[in-house]
Amino acid sequence: MSIALEHVSYVYSPGTAYEKHALKDVSFEIPQGQFVGIIGHTGSGKSTLIQHLNGLVRATSGKVLYEGKNIYDEGYNMRALRSQVGLVFQYPEYQLFEVDVLSDVCFGPKNQGLSPEECEKNAREALELVGFPEKYYKQSPFELSGGQKRRVAIAGVLAMKPKVLILDEPTAGLDPKGRDEILDQVEKLHKETGMTVILVSHSMEDIARYVERIIVMNHGEKMLDGTPKEVFRHYKELEEVGLAAPQVTYVMHDLKERGFDVSPDATTIEEAADEIMRSFRG
Amino acid sequence: MIRDITIGQYYPAQSRIHRLDPRVKIVCTLLFLVSLFIQNSLLGYVIATIYLGTVIRLSKVPLKYIVKGLKPIVILLLFTVVMNLFLTRNGDTLVHFWIFTITEGGLRTSVFMAIRLMYLVAGSSIMTFTTSPNGLTDGMEKLLHPLNKLNVPVHEVAMMMSIALRFIPILLEETDKIMKAQQARGADFESGNIIQRAKAMVPILVPLFVSAFRRANDLAMAMESRCYHGGEGRTKMKPLRYKGRDRIAYILTLIYLVVIFVVGRFVPFKLWIF
Repeated sequence: MSIALEHVSYVYSPGTAYEKHALKDVSFEIPQGQFVGIIGHTGSGKSTLIQHLNGLVRATSGKVLYEGKNIYDEGYNMRALRSQVGLVFQYPEYQLFEVDVLSDVCFGPKNQGLSPEECEKNAREALELVGFPEKYYKQSPFELSGGQKRRVAIAGVLAMKPKVLILDEPTAGLDPKGRDEILDQVEKLHKETGMTVILVSHSMEDIARYVERIIVMNHGEKMLDGTPKEVFRHYKELEEVGLAAPQVTYVMHDLKERGFDVSPDATTIEEAADEIMRSFRG
Repeated sequence: MIRDITIGQYYPAQSRIHRLDPRVKIVCTLLFLVSLFIQNSLLGYVIATIYLGTVIRLSKVPLKYIVKGLKPIVILLLFTVVMNLFLTRNGDTLVHFWIFTITEGGLRTSVFMAIRLMYLVAGSSIMTFTTSPNGLTDGMEKLLHPLNKLNVPVHEVAMMMSIALRFIPILLEETDKIMKAQQARGADFESGNIIQRAKAMVPILVPLFVSAFRRANDLAMAMESRCYHGGEGRTKMKPLRYKGRDRIAYILTLIYLVVIFVVGRFVPFKLWIF
């Protein structure tokens, strides 16, 4: 029960003036139920990477294994894979097309071949999961606010009841409140349903707060892979590639350098506060 | 997949042809097209081949690209060749079987027609390969400028053209993204009969139109906030000015035109039937 990439490489427009290596020999395995963050700056190959996970983009070389089966095998059911591995694209609100919210969310389940009643049941559950108010179910998705549209779009993928949920920059363009709401919602979902969640972002703060494991991408290659603490220990290297550790990491390292007895491993503000308090008490 | 369309695409490179004034390229392309139609002889086509070959060589665009650009006209080409080959009755009969007759004239016409068509497309694609869309519309605007006196809104038309051209790659990318997003939700565009397939387009077309209107609106807003008010009194950051190399290109193309006309029409040279 896992997703694994084995030596995956991907080349855009091979053999032309626009040839570009988007991914170079990337391998990792994500076990079922893990909350993983993928970070990297723009153009590092994050978006291309996650499109491999549900077979939308075919690797130039290498293998993608879902539950141990190679998805490039002949006769592999790609559509079944896509309903197990739900992918929410960046700015997903631009894919809404139906006359009302409920029917838009029903699009996924309908493609899975469920009966209209089941579709609606799943759609309602999904909308509830993302905290979308019921009074707007019959409204046109185009009349909603940005944050609400995004909830509807995420619900559109959740309604297919995927085992793995991949979110590409789910908070891009949202205000801080909308951002926290969406991410809290995702965390709740992860805890309640036990689904694998892969969160793509370039905000270290967002990622550090929620995920158990971080994969750092740089120029199409996997640069670091580990728990947030392990990854942020390399904060100097992260800086070199245009990323940064969360601000608290810097504060903690500074404190330690100036002779305070603190461990610089804290990745969230709460942890940092506890650590500082501990050092004062101790 | 959608990105692989090469016709009308710009091929970035540093070459003598790339550096020419867009007006030169437009006019010379037109002259080249004319040159294909004012004569119809073997020698004429040899000269046209030399001219086209030299331009392609100078432009540094790989021949592969130009051949790829010919793909869309293959059907048209075959159709023309077959039609001319079997339906033209002119001169001695070369082959005759059942209801088909191939005459000397038919073979000649179909071969020359095929060359003409291919050179037409290759000639115009070399122009689009070496001129950025903005350069093309700039050149068009300048060339058509005299029409302003006839109350033709030349600048506005040129602006619309450049915006339309600019939007092609954006909308292609957008289509690709929306298609993938809907595929991620289990949409299926590849199977089913024609009605089912047409219906499957709705989840792509609706968001695409919405986004096109949104973008158009944003662009209009951005243009207005920068005080765009049409062509009147508007100056250019990089005004087009003819340089020495542009004049040389004009002269060479005119010489080519005269040579192909004279040789193609008045030199009686024949190789077998051609």
